[in-house]
Amino acid sequence: MAVYLFYFLVFPGLIFAAVTGAFLSWFDRKITARVQFRKGPPLLQPFYDFFKLLLVKETILPKQGSPFIFLAAPVFALFGATMSAVFILLPLFNIKSGFSGDLLVIFYLLTIPSFSYVAGSLASGNPLASVGGSREMKLIISYEMTFLLVIAGVIMKSSQNFDLYSVISAQQVSSPFIGSISGVLLFIVAVFCIQAKLGLVPFDMAEAETEINSGAFIEYSGVPYALIKLTKYIMFLALPAFLTGLLLNGFNLHGINILWAVLKLTGVVLLLTLIRNTNPRLKIKQAVSFFMIWMNLIAVIAIVLAYFGY
Amino acid sequence: MGFKSYCFKKSLWVFHFGGASCNNCDIEILDCLTPRYDLERFGILLVGSIRHADVLLVNGSINRKDKDRLLELYQQAPKPILVVAIGACGCTGGIFAEGNTFAGPVDKIIPVDAYIPGCPPKPEAIIAGIVKLVKSLP
Ligand code: SF4
Repeated sequence: MAVYLFYFLVFPGLIFAAVTGAFLSWFDRKITARVQFRKGPPLLQPFYDFFKLLLVKETILPKQGSPFIFLAAPVFALFGATMSAVFILLPLFNIKSGFSGDLLVIFYLLTIPSFSYVAGSLASGNPLASVGGSREMKLIISYEMTFLLVIAGVIMKSSQNFDLYSVISAQQVSSPFIGSISGVLLFIVAVFCIQAKLGLVPFDMAEAETEINSGAFIEYSGVPYALIKLTKYIMFLALPAFLTGLLLNGFNLHGINILWAVLKLTGVVLLLTLIRNTNPRLKIKQAVSFFMIWMNLIAVIAIVLAYFGY
Repeated sequence: MGFKSYCFKKSLWVFHFGGASCNNCDIEILDCLTPRYDLERFGILLVGSIRHADVLLVNGSINRKDKDRLLELYQQAPKPILVVAIGACGCTGGIFAEGNTFAGPVDKIIPVDAYIPGCPPKPEAIIAGIVKLVKSLP
């Protein structure tokens, strides 16, 4: 029992994922600043932001709407993100626990934060928040199918293995899945899905700062907003780590290979940041057709190629 | 200096309220966020929702229509909130002070923590004002 609590709360769960994710989100902000020829925030900026929101600011509850769901949503989001981070990172660090690393469980846990944001925004009783919530909902509908297809492609390539442990070990005995045509296609599709799941720029229409004033999160302040920030930090670690496990042969924690693991993770985050800095925000309609038609098409092609062994 | 106030000082999120200004002050505020001055170095971010704000920047003269909105924004903001009046208009009324629709400088409506005079103040002056404000915090 105690060891599971340790997994959940300390390593590789809440504390580890939050701290690493906070550094990754600093990395994202710093690279953004460098792309715009700015200096960028100091290293500990994500921690300052989090503790300011958690300890200093007042929490305001909506008068209309449902305060209970409004407050419960960030808690659920944090729970989902932490749970998925634990289940992704346990196989990556090759820690054997009772959990077998089922890909579909991870897939469903990864959707909990997005759904909680939708619930929280609709409970806040703010018209702009409901616009943000409905956009988030449409975005979920469009990218989830694609993300499932990516996972299906990976399962296909690892000869019908449904768990992350054997997906990673299958890559480590032969070569990483990205070293083939279908692997490259799956990687491209997965990067766009992750971009949408993290709500980064081409797909940030749910919180569009300049347009609907951070939309889904407009009414959040103080502690609940701190929890949302924490969820975002954890997702910033969990999703790139998941991609590393699926296609880039995971982590190998012996000697110099630790450096490779860190490089892989930061490389994926760097790619996400560069996409976010070189693209304008899409309309929700464009995003839906982007995923529904083009990304699904590429994913299906990749699955067919994987079936024929390319 | 406690941990709490240290974090607060290191991460001031700014909400910009433009009253009936001539628009020059707005442009100077935006200048502070451009690569040349880059306020994100100090953790200062521009946010779109008053619920996330730690600093309320007010510029321009406040006329009768703005007055209610400014008061409402101040009440909606999560405390603690700092208010900074920017420009001659925000501090005293400036060239609009004699105007028919003028409803008083900012400090007649809400408490103000820092005044940054100038018409418009340079970005350097705005940054200097914010730095002085941060230093004066406990
Ligand atoms: S202080 Fe001067 S520059 Fe600023 S809004 Fe007033 S008139 Fe315009």
